[in-house]
This record gives sequence, structure tokens and C-alpha cells, in this order.
Amino acid sequence: MPIQPVLLWSDFFIWLLVAAGVGAAWWSARQPLLAAAWGRVGHNRVGVAAATLLAAFALVGLLDSLHYRPQLPAKAGASPGEKINYSVEVLSLLDGLLTPLRTRVEKTYSEPLATRAYAKEMMEVRQEDGSLRTLRDYPRLRFGGAALGADEVRAPADIAGRALRALLAGVVGWLALCALVSGRLARKVGVPRREGWRRVWHGETTFAWNALLAALGVIVALLAVLVGLGGEYHVFGTDKVGQDVLYQVLKSVRTALVIGLVTTLVTLPLAVFLGIVAGYFRGWIDDLIQYLYTTLNSIPGVLLIAAAVLMMQVAIDTHPQWFATAAERADLRLLALCFILGLTSWTGLARLLRGEALKLRELEYVQAAQAFGVSDLRILSRHLLPNLMHIVIIALVMDFSGLVLAEAVLSYVGIGVDPTMISFGTMINNARMELGREPAVWWSLTAAFVFMFVLVLAANLLADAVRDAFDPRMA
Amino acid sequence: MVEPARNALEPTSLLEVRNLSLGFAGGGRVLTAVSGLSFSVAAGETYALLGESGCGKSASALALMRLLPAAGRILGGEVRLEGRDLLGLAEAEMRSVRGGGMAMIFQEPATSLNPVLTVGRQIGEVLAQHTDLAGEAARAKAEKLLAAVGIADPARRLCEYPFQLSGGMKQRVMISIALAGNPRLLVADEPTTALDVTIQAQILDLLQDLQAEREMGMLLITHDLGVVARMAHRVGVMYAGELVEEAPAAGFFDAPRHPYTQALFAALPDLSRRGMRLQTIAGQVPTLAAMPAGCRFAPRCPHAWERCRSESPDWSAAGEGHRVRCHLYGEGLEATAKRLVAEGTERSRNASVAGEDAPAPGSASPPSHPPLLRIADLQVHFPIRRGVFQRTVGHVRAVDGVSLTLTAGKTLALVGESGCGKTTVGKAVLQLLRPTGGSVLLDGREIAGLSRSAMRPLRRRMQMVFQDPFASLNPRLRVGEIIAEGLRALLAGERRDTAAVVAALLAQVGLDAGAVDRYPHEFSGGQRQRIAIARALAVQPELLICDEPTSALDVSVQAQILNLLGELQASLGLAYLFITHNFAVVEHLAHEVAVMYLGRIVERGTVEEVLRQPQHPYTKALLSAVPAPRPAAAGEAGGSIIRLPGETPSPAKPPAGCHFHPRCAFATAECRERYPDERALSATRVVRCHLYR
Amino acid sequence: MLAYIVRRLLYAIPILIGVNLLTFALFFVVNTPDDMARMQLGVKRVTPEAIQKWKAERGYDKPLFVNGKAGGVGVVTETIFFEKSARMFAGDFGRAEDGRDIAREIRARMVPSLAIALPTFVLGLFVTVSFALLLAFFRATALDFWGVVLCVAMMSISGLFYIIGGQYLFAKIFRLVPISGFGGGLDAMRFLLLPVLIGVVSGIGSSTRWYRTIFLEEINKDYVRTARAKGLKETAVMFGHVLRNALIPILTGVVVVIPLLFMGSLLTESFFGIPGLGSYTIDAINAQDFAVVRAMVFIGSVLYIVGLILTDISYTLVDPRIRFN
Repeated sequence: MPIQPVLLWSDFFIWLLVAAGVGAAWWSARQPLLAAAWGRVGHNRVGVAAATLLAAFALVGLLDSLHYRPQLPAKAGASPGEKINYSVEVLSLLDGLLTPLRTRVEKTYSEPLATRAYAKEMMEVRQEDGSLRTLRDYPRLRFGGAALGADEVRAPADIAGRALRALLAGVVGWLALCALVSGRLARKVGVPRREGWRRVWHGETTFAWNALLAALGVIVALLAVLVGLGGEYHVFGTDKVGQDVLYQVLKSVRTALVIGLVTTLVTLPLAVFLGIVAGYFRGWIDDLIQYLYTTLNSIPGVLLIAAAVLMMQVAIDTHPQWFATAAERADLRLLALCFILGLTSWTGLARLLRGEALKLRELEYVQAAQAFGVSDLRILSRHLLPNLMHIVIIALVMDFSGLVLAEAVLSYVGIGVDPTMISFGTMINNARMELGREPAVWWSLTAAFVFMFVLVLAANLLADAVRDAFDPRMA
Repeated sequence: MVEPARNALEPTSLLEVRNLSLGFAGGGRVLTAVSGLSFSVAAGETYALLGESGCGKSASALALMRLLPAAGRILGGEVRLEGRDLLGLAEAEMRSVRGGGMAMIFQEPATSLNPVLTVGRQIGEVLAQHTDLAGEAARAKAEKLLAAVGIADPARRLCEYPFQLSGGMKQRVMISIALAGNPRLLVADEPTTALDVTIQAQILDLLQDLQAEREMGMLLITHDLGVVARMAHRVGVMYAGELVEEAPAAGFFDAPRHPYTQALFAALPDLSRRGMRLQTIAGQVPTLAAMPAGCRFAPRCPHAWERCRSESPDWSAAGEGHRVRCHLYGEGLEATAKRLVAEGTERSRNASVAGEDAPAPGSASPPSHPPLLRIADLQVHFPIRRGVFQRTVGHVRAVDGVSLTLTAGKTLALVGESGCGKTTVGKAVLQLLRPTGGSVLLDGREIAGLSRSAMRPLRRRMQMVFQDPFASLNPRLRVGEIIAEGLRALLAGERRDTAAVVAALLAQVGLDAGAVDRYPHEFSGGQRQRIAIARALAVQPELLICDEPTSALDVSVQAQILNLLGELQASLGLAYLFITHNFAVVEHLAHEVAVMYLGRIVERGTVEEVLRQPQHPYTKALLSAVPAPRPAAAGEAGGSIIRLPGETPSPAKPPAGCHFHPRCAFATAECRERYPDERALSATRVVRCHLYR
Repeated sequence: MLAYIVRRLLYAIPILIGVNLLTFALFFVVNTPDDMARMQLGVKRVTPEAIQKWKAERGYDKPLFVNGKAGGVGVVTETIFFEKSARMFAGDFGRAEDGRDIAREIRARMVPSLAIALPTFVLGLFVTVSFALLLAFFRATALDFWGVVLCVAMMSISGLFYIIGGQYLFAKIFRLVPISGFGGGLDAMRFLLLPVLIGVVSGIGSSTRWYRTIFLEEINKDYVRTARAKGLKETAVMFGHVLRNALIPILTGVVVVIPLLFMGSLLTESFFGIPGLGSYTIDAINAQDFAVVRAMVFIGSVLYIVGLILTDISYTLVDPRIRFN
């Protein structure tokens, strides 16, 4: 086999979450109230468009969560039976797909779509007469627009041509997809294809197909242009060490997703269990849990995280023998950050659930169960938990955007992810002084800003749609 | 249309509503909730708009004030107050009408007052808006208003906040706010529904006096035939967003015409139909989205024929000021109509004949039957904690020494006003609350203080049916799972086919077998209550504790549930501990009655004894406070009308001596010092009052 | 009411003890002082002697809880717990890595922190509450819709970008204010303008949306309908009834942060080079100065608890139900 699969811990948790997500979807499809609420989300155009965007981000993140070590080229003259050597470098499927972006590293800064570097340099040019002359000019990039050769003036036309061709292909593909979807819908309800098409675009379907297709159209168009140009140019420019910014932005997505999602793996069980138990049993159990979360809450969040992360750093730095590779260390540090964030952020949800559980326990169906002598554990799991699920779901999607934003701030403060790990936070941190340069280097920050903004905005919009659909007062 | 002619007949009408239609926007369309509503109210007249929940009566009232919620839309029609067209007024002009021309009081006094403003401020606002009074003059006026609505010490009350007032006082304050702008018309939307009967009686008296004094018009919105009988000069009956009958009060109660109105009367429980099935209305009120074409009552009407289903009936005159919207009273059908009227009249008046085939009420149970449930000196106290260290400084004596006996197969009604501790008794019997003292004997076995595990096997012998059908079923469970819950919890050891048992139970409570896989939200209130009864029956209990099982239901649905309970008792020999505040229900199905006041039972005996010859002054007052839905039946209970002053004191600080003495007209020095002992007046009759010794 | 406040005050004591124990566990139990020394000294200079010396200089060479060697009260007092954790109750935070007295440093840095945080807080509260009232007043109109869209967009932007963008735009492009720095007296105004503005703007999105939700919840209550039925103007309903009641939930979120204003803002202060407690904390984190971080954690929680008590007291002012019970 040419590759050796590697399962990082964060990969494990991500795929665990995917499995949990699939399981939850299956379960809620069988719960009419939950299914109806999800149906309302599906009817909400903004919600569906946001979910589509998030799915695109999730796809990037998932591709980036399948890791492997590529086989090293066999040494010359090695016998076939000899042990195969694998690279120490751990790559992901996304890295593999983005090999051109990843490997074509320039010397230093270059503007988006540029063919030359951003700053003048002293260069030695061989004159026609064979003598060397030193001059100060913008050096030609090694990879950006390399296909043009010396014919740099053609660059704008070349870029426009490539972009248009890609866009055209994208649009054709998208139209085909639209036709397919509307055709299938038409067949399902038994109307002509034309009528199906009309219904989709007039929003007369229960599921907001028009929002999904429109969002998909935007994604396909952007993706097509990126693919069309990315092979030849640095679409978002390069950073200080010449690395492609587009590659960095795409890699940041996984970090943001891990922070936003894996954290909830810690938060949810704690918040749900402690919140419900406190509300249902009351008495000294309630006092104890309340004391616990008031104490945790009273330490300002950033400081508690800072203290915990500092201590984690001490542990990591004094035990280098725990980690086989740098990737593994960065990965575990990321997980530890999720763990710390989870431990410090369960209190809000727990308090909310406790309040609701206090109300629910007085409801008559709980008393009816008590009148049958049903055990407390069964009452908790059958009567309380399902009726608090909507709060948990709302909290889950609402927290996501907050966690993504928090990662950037924490990484900036120096208590976030490992500095070697690409994330929005580290990108901003590396790029923030560049605006102060003359002339300013703006593209790294802009790219990070745009991607992060779109991700968080989509998450917030979806959260709104979910809250509207699940909040019983709205129903 | 009859309108133009009527208009000419009543030139003095204060409020004139013509063809008012309104709807609610949702999901991109507007659903019509009320259509073609026309009526008028004259100065000094009380017009009652009667209807069951969801018929559009409250929405109509809000539309008059142009206060519909955001989704509400007025679709057409005309509302004239003293000749001014309100729907055409600019918002600024409308503001002078609200609170000035007409004022409104609402159902929930507890939430209708602003919790963080003083009473004085809330009254003062109206005075500032609609009168020239300011400063000291306004304060004096506010004081006067409070005095006018019967609030003692008004100067002090002006500085108090709503949470410092009792429920009845809050409603009095609401009325004083409504009166502050000197309105010509008072719109009262279920003004006493949230109040206890004795307080309801006070508030109704107050409204009647104020109206007479000020020559106000009053639009009274209610679902309670008793309140209508007590208050209204004229009545309009609404069904599914339409007015179906309108009549002067006397004519209305003598001879209700519309089949719906007649069915409402027939569904009322009382002693005359004891042991008989109550008449019910088949089906349910149609939803806004699925209004039937033609007459809206046709799908549920026993007399409907094709014409009713296709053509909406027009008004037909049916006597002096009496009109009805029913094809039965159209041309050529006089004979049928007459027969119906006669039947309806018969049914609404009939008192004596039916009583005969009822099981002799109050017949003392044979002594050979040992009591199924015996409660002796039951106490449930809740500690009150105060101060820095939350020390217990006292107790709320929710139940303070209650003794009861219930024979197998019989019904004991526990009657009392809210806060008297009747629900607490029920829960303490089931050990859902730990009794502080006393004993609960089930079939001779002590269950008070039993451990959870020791209690478990006994739980299948008694079960509970709760008040609120919307809160008593877990919305996330299928009906089948809900009903099987008790089977799984208590009969896990016995091998049995759960599915078959559940199906049998559903059939027993009159539900379709297909209900098993459906969820509670797909059912109406009455159906949910059937499910709750099936859940309780699943473990084959001998004793069912029914905690106000019908108080959240409309009259016609209440009748169905009462019928079901009666059948179940007859076929299964169940004993009911029936907790209620509704005497009509008590009369209908109870064998024995116990009246509770502030945690203690003041009087108990057979239904016949207690309801026919009440002895305790509290029982007498309670009975006389209930507004009788049939004018003929009024005064039957105890001759003269007794009005209780004040309200029930807090069970945390019950008055010394007899708890009832501060409100009792016969209180003596002894009453203030010592709580009276039980005194047996007959084999079945016990009273706790110093008047009897 | 007095009993209520006294009870809340007493409740603060176990919480403070809990916070103290928690920080102690975090700083001394999860990692031993030896680990900290190794990390501070760097891999190259780690020798047992160096570690001992490092520990002795900072007083980390004592036992954690019980000192068996010391006599008398020394059994308890000559321990890391007593000297490093328990003494924080008395306001003694020890010395930073650079040898300065932490308590003194904190007192000096409070002023610049407050100079930014207080105006930001007051102005921000005013702007967001007014904006939310405006949206609630025009509920279900286009203004409300686009206002909410704006809020969601604004809350989707990381705080870092507000600062970076603001500095770039106002300080670098327009050259209206200095990029960073701090001065005393009136000169401070120049330096404060931009950070305060950015602080206010970055908070608009989420706060406005939250307040708007609270207002809408109140607007749907029965007493508002009563107020309208009195014939009051919509503005009178909003200000006289809705705002008064909405103040109660708003206070919960707002009063509790007032004492924390002393702590300053980590981001703003570090970006604008303001010598406040926020930048002090960041510097300590970056320098891995455990003593300072520990002190800040403790002060932060004390201030939070003070905030909780202030919240309780403010309830008694706005909510008559608590005042009279």
C-alpha cells in the first residue's frame, strides 16, 4: 500500500461526532415533534442557505480529517522485500488534493494573482552582452503565472480567460444539478418537469430547495473560479514565507470546526447531566451543583482558560516524550484546548437546563409517572431529557459561532492552538503587523476575515433558524 | 338582513357592531376567525357574548378596541361607538376612545397589571390621559375610585404594588382603572373566570352596581351560562366565529332556539340528571383552516340536513327581540321548530322526572363494606424559611387535620376554593407529597410514611387523573407508550400482551385503536383527558383520585368526561376521590361531599344533605355564590343570597379560633378563640361549627 | 431585604474559598513547582540545583499543605497553600518574575484600564439599549428586519477585526488619532477616543439583539395590553411600562460586569498599548508569569462576586417584589 493511514485523536473525535450526528438525525426523524421542528428549519430559506454553506465548510474540514503518511520513494537498488519507509510528515486528504497549493511556495509576499513579488529586491541580471548587472526590481515569482513564461503582459487576459472558462463549466454543472433536482421533485409529486422547475423557484416546495440550489450555485461558482485559477496563480497571494494564503485559509476551516464542535462533546454531557439532576432532585444535590457552577463561573472565562492553558503548556513542554510527531503534539494541544473550553463553558447551559427541569418536574406527566412508582432515572431519561432536547439543540448551534470567534482571540492572546497549527487565530496573529507595513500587506487578513465572517455568519443564521423552529413559543 | 330595521328600532344604541370580520395572518395567508358579527349594546344594558373557547369572542372584543395582537387583521365591517366609526379613526383619535369612550377589563388580573408600578401610578395614568385632573386632585380621584370598587383603606393601597394585593383585589383595581376615564361602555372579557366563586360573586355584584350607577353599557364576554343568567339583559351566542342566536335574557333561558344553544344547556350537569348520561355534542369545534361550508354547526348538529351543509342560514326572527341563525326556523318549517323549542324548553327546565331513575343519592353504604380509603387527621405542612440562615419560622398548613372515609365503588367529592388544600390532600394520599402527620389507610393498611419500595406494590391500587390535559401527557411519547407506562412500571413481572391491553383500554375510554401510534398534540383537550384516564386505568386501580379533571374543558366536553367517569364507575366499581370547586359536577356524580376551608374540612355528608340543607355558614355561602345557569333553579339552594366579605386568608397565618370567623356573619366570641370540634348531625353528617352543639 | 443582602454576602464566602482552592489546584497540583521551574529555566539550564534555587527564590520550596518540619502554627502557615493562596485574601499577591510587587502594580494599572472600560461600558449600554428600543418600537417592519440583519452580521465579525480595521482606517489612513499609546490628563482623550469607539461598535451586534429579544418578550405580556387599553401613546407604553420591566432582566447581565471593568480589556489594551490590567495580564501570560496570572484570576473572581452582590442589590431597587419581601 502506498500510504499508511494515521488516525489523529482529533480525527477520531470528529468522526465520532459525524457518527453521532447521523445517529441523532435518524433518531429525530422518528420523533414527530423534532422532525416537525427540523422541517420548519428546512422551510426557512435563510436557514437552508446557511446550512448549505456550513456543509461546504464541513466537507473541507472532513477532507482535512483523513490523515495518512505517504510512502517515501524507495531507495535505489532496494530489494522488493525491504521494509517500506513512510514519510514523517502527516498529510490529510485535503493536503493531497491541494498538493499544488501546498508545495508551490514562493520566497515571500506576493499579491493575489500576481506574477511578481510584492517588494523590490536586488537582483543580478545577465545582460545580453553576458555581463552581470545588479538592479532593483520586483522579482518574478517562481510559480505564480509560470505558464506565461516571459509573456507577463498577457496575465490579465489569461486570468480572465481561465476564470470565465471555469465559471462557465461551473454554471453548466449547476444548471444540470438544478434540472435533476426539480425533475426528481416533479416526478415525486407527479407534475410535469416544467411545473416542478417553477415550483422550486417560486418557493412552493416544503423544503426550501431554491435556497439550497442558490447557495450551491454561489459555492459552485466560487469553487470553479478558485479551481480554474488556483492551479496557476496564488489567488489570495502568499504570506511572509511564501505560502499560499488560499491553502492556509482552507486548512483553518478544520481547526475552527474542531474547536466549535469537539468542545461540545465535553460541554453537553456535563451541562445536560448536572443541569437536569440539579433541577429534578433539588435539595443538597442542587445546592452542590449550583455551588460548583457559580464558583467556576466566577472566574473570568479568559483568565481561567489562560491559567489552564498555561498549565497545559507546562505539562506539554516538560514531557516531550509523550508525542511522536509535531503534528501529534499540535493535535493534542488542540484537543486539550477544546477540553478546557468545554470545562469552562458548560455552566450557562447547565443553569438554563436546571431552570427548565425545575419547571418540568412540577408538570403533571412527571407526577403521573411518580404515581406509578417509575424510577427517577427513567423519569429523567423518558420525561425530562426529551422535553429539554430543543434547548440543547439551540444551545449547540448557538455556541458554535462563539467558539470559532473565541479561538481567534485565544490564539491571538497566545493561549490558543499550537503556533504551528494553521488556524484563523494564528493567521490573524501572524498578519496583524503587516497592515502597518508600507505598502500594507492586506490579503492574508482579508482572506482570513472573509472566510471567518462567512463561516460565523452562516452559523449564526442557522442558529437563528433553528431557534425559531425549536422554541416552543414560536411553534 | 334584519339589521336596518333593528337599527331604526334602537336609535339609542351605544355600541353598534355591523358585519365585523377579523382574521389572523399566518403562513402567508389570513384565516378568518370571526365573520359577519353584528350586535348592539345600549347604554345601561349588559350584553353577554357567550361561547366556548376558540369561538372568537375575545378576539372580537379586542377588535372593538383595535387592540388585536400583531397577527390579527380586521377584515371588514363597522364598529360605531355613540355614532363614531371606530375602525375609520386615526390611531391618535382612537387613543382617546380607549379608556375614555370604552374601557376594558381582562381575564387574568394577576398578569394584566404592571408588576413594577404602584396602583396609584397605574390609575393616575388614565386620569392624566383622559381627564384634566392632576396632582392632589388626581390622587383624591384615584382614592375615590378605589373606594368605589370596594377597596378598604384606599389611601394606603394607592402606594402598593400589585403583588401585595389578592386576586380579587387586583381585579377590583383593574375595574377602577377601567372606570377612571369615565367610559360609556365597559368591555369585560371573562372578568371572573380566574377567580373563586365567592370572589366571583363579589365582582359580579360590583360590576352590576357600577353599571346601574353610571348608566354604562357593558359587553360581557363569558363561557359561563351561570354568569350570563346572573348579569345579562341580552345574550348573543357565538359558535365558530359567528353569532348564531341573540335574545333577551328571559327569552333565552326560557326557550333557547338554536340546536347548539340547546345542546349547551343539555350538557350542563346537575342533580336533576344524576346517574343519567349527559347530552353531549358530537365532534369538535372546527378549526379556522377547515370551516365547513354552510352552517358551521351542521357537522355536529343532530337535526342537520343537506341544506344546512351547503347554505349558510340567515337570521330568522323567533320572538320578541329573539333571532336565530338556523334553517330549522326558516319558512315552512314552523312545525319542526315548534317541536324543537318545546323539547329544548323541556330539557332546560326539567328538574324532577329524571331524578327518579338515578341511584338513590346519599343512600348510606351498607355497613358490611369496609372503607377502601380512610384518612385520619392528615397533615401536610410546608416550612417557611426566612432570614439570613433560612431558618424555619413557620409553616404553611396546607392540610391541617383532614379526616375522610371513602367506600369502594363510591364517589367522595372534596370541594373548596383555590388554596384550601384539596389538591394537596389528593397528592398526600398518593404519597406524591410526604404527609407531616396523620394516617392514610388503604384497605386497612397504613401507607403514610411507607418507603418508596414498600409503596410500589400499592401504587397499582390507586391512581390519579390530573387537571390540565395539556400538561398531564408527555408530548414526546406516543399514546401507546403513555398508557403502557404504568404497566411497565408496576406490572413488569406479569406476562401479558401489552399491545392488547392498551387497545382494550383505548376502547374502554372511547378512543380509536389507531391512537396508539399518535402523539398527544394530535388530540383535543377532551380526548387527552380520556388518554389520561386510560393511563390511570391501565393498572386496574380501585381508587381514582380525580383532581379537577374537567375544569379546563368546555361544558360540552366536560359532559363527555363526566359520562365516561360515570360509566367506568358502574362497570368497574371504581371509587373516586373527586377534587373540584364546581358544585354542578358534585351534584351530578358524587355520593358524599366534604367541604374544605383553609386546610380543614368544615362540613361533610351525603350530597343530598350538604347541597340541600347546608349547615356550615361557609357551605351556605359557597352554594349561594354559584351563579345558577337556570333562573328557575336560583334560590333553590338556600333561600336568601349570602355574600361573603373579604377573601380566604393565607394558610401560613390562619385566623385564630375558627378559621372562617372573620368572614362569618354569625361569628361569636367563642368562634374567635377556639376551633370548633366535629359534631355529628346524623350518621353521615359532620359539621365543624360552634353554631351546632 | 437586609437579611436577603446579608445572605448573599455570606454566600460569597464559600465561593471565594472554592475559587482559591481551584486556582491553587490548577497552579500547584496539576503541575508541580518542579515542572514550572523546568519550563521557566529552559531545557538547557535544567539542573537539580537550578531548580532548587528557582523554587527557593519564589518560595515554592515548601510543602503544599502541611509542613511537618516547622513547629507550632508553622505547620500550616509555612506552606505553599498558606503563603501563595490563603494570603491573597489579605491582598498580598507576592512578587512578579521581574521582582515588582504585584499588588502595587495592580493599583497603578487600574486607572488606565478604567479610563477605557468605563466610557466604553456606559456609552455602549446607552447605544445598544436605544438601538434595541428603536427596533422593538418598529417591530415587524423593514427597519426591524434590516436592523436585526445588521446585528447578526456585526456579531459575526471577530473582535480582532474591529480593532485591526479601526486602527488601520482611523489611525493609518485618515490619521485622525494616534495608533496606540497612553497619556495622562487631557492628553489621554486623544488616545482613548478610538479604543472606546471600537469597544462600543464591537458590542452593538450581540447586545442589541439580546435587548431586543427582552423587549419583545415584555411587549407581548398582558399588562402592556392593559396599558394600550388605557389609551396611552405607544411611546408612553414603551418607556413607562416595557422599559421598566425589561430593566430587570437587563440588569442581571449588566450590573455583574461593572466591577469587572477594573480588569480592563485584554485585546483593546494590548493592541493600543495601554498600560492597564488587561495588557498586564497578557504580558504575564506570554511571559508565563504564574504569580501574576494567579493574582489576576483571584481578583477577577472577587470582582465577579462583588458584581453578583451588586446585581442582587440592584434588583431590590428596580423590582418591588424583592424590595418588599
